[in-house]
Amino acid sequence: MTPVTQTRPIRLTVNRIPRQLDAAPHHTLLSLLRDDLGLTGTKACCLVGECGACTVSLNGRIVDSCLVLAVEADGAEVTTIEGLSTDGQLTRLQQAFLEQGAVQCGYCSPGQVMAARDLLAQIPHPTVGEIREGMVGNLCRCGCYEQITDAVLAAVEAADR
Amino acid sequence: MQTFAYERPETLAQAVTLLAAHGPGARLLAGGTDLIAGLRNGTLRPAVVVDLKHIPELSPAISEANGRLSISADTVLADVARDERIRSHFPALAEAAASVGAVQIRNRATLAGNICNASPAADTAPPLLVYGAQVVAYGPLGVRRIPVDGFFVRSGETTLTADELVAAIELPVPDRPAGSAFGRLTRRRGVDLATVSVCASVNGSGITRLGYGAVGPRPLLAADDSGVLADPAADPAARASILARLAAATSPISDIRASREYRTDMLLLLTQRVLRAAIARRAEG
Repeated sequence: MTPVTQTRPIRLTVNRIPRQLDAAPHHTLLSLLRDDLGLTGTKACCLVGECGACTVSLNGRIVDSCLVLAVEADGAEVTTIEGLSTDGQLTRLQQAFLEQGAVQCGYCSPGQVMAARDLLAQIPHPTVGEIREGMVGNLCRCGCYEQITDAVLAAVEAADR
Repeated sequence: MQTFAYERPETLAQAVTLLAAHGPGARLLAGGTDLIAGLRNGTLRPAVVVDLKHIPELSPAISEANGRLSISADTVLADVARDERIRSHFPALAEAAASVGAVQIRNRATLAGNICNASPAADTAPPLLVYGAQVVAYGPLGVRRIPVDGFFVRSGETTLTADELVAAIELPVPDRPAGSAFGRLTRRRGVDLATVSVCASVNGSGITRLGYGAVGPRPLLAADDSGVLADPAADPAARASILARLAAATSPISDIRASREYRTDMLLLLTQRVLRAAIARRAEG
């Protein structure tokens, strides 16, 4: 039996928009988002699940989209960084990243924001330790960890005001 | 990434038929955190990838029946770490699951995948050994239960046959809870493989069970039924002598994470720490 490596039709919802496309089995969710849908906010970096730059929400849970095959996302609800703002209005968390200087080169920022958003959904009032522990899967090579932590704390404060 | 065929069986029987048809050319996909990294760097070049996430037989993820807790093959580590039954009966397994990778990895990686990968450093292996877990292997002849101590061979190799898959991992629920704990040493706090890992459990009859990770070609189980290790007031020299005897079964190597000498010393230190935590938990009930 010779395996057939043909594309497979899949349906998924990305940032509340239903999509239907053909996915090659060896393409990842990351490449589907960036190359097929043009959603380049999700970044490609280590491609082996170590850096978190490609973090997206898949059925309400954050994952490294480089470690998910596109065909595995069939039927899923995906939220990317592009799906956070409404009518061009940034979320409190995104605004806090800007105000706290948590963005230097910016490459890791979409993944950092997605991870921070998930952390705050689980722990609305995290300690500094919980922020560091919860975001351990997101590397920042500019070393903005202090500012990123400050941004998460500032977003919590803004939410409480 | 080299291309491959993607199959999505809806029964365990179909999955096993695919394994039989493609032999070593087939790779199972549950969480994919090891598989997709291997596909990416070219160390794995399967002809067919068999996705196990659409098989109703593998639901519910975690269930309890006949004194056994069963964790199905597609249960992710995040769910193992947060399950109340696991946290109360098998806290060291919850701790080990919570220490794997980062949130993004634990939301995807499965318990079954962690043991099938058969890394000597697999975090969940020491607690599964200590708790006497059984691997429920499904093959063309049906179900076979393999004690987890008889499952690991060496890195990347288990006693599963080529046409078998792990359908679930079962843990016997203890009548009276033992005290148990897990600990590991890493170079950095998060997203690192264990340099050394240890699980310990101490029960009411004074039996101590220890699981060692990353100190041999496979995770190892050791036990002491003298009651000495379980007794915090026992003579420290007697305890040290037993710990040294049990650790003699390990054969740590030097690698990128640590030297053989460091692992040897840290194994004893970590075992003492984890044992203290297990004894304290037993005392708390």
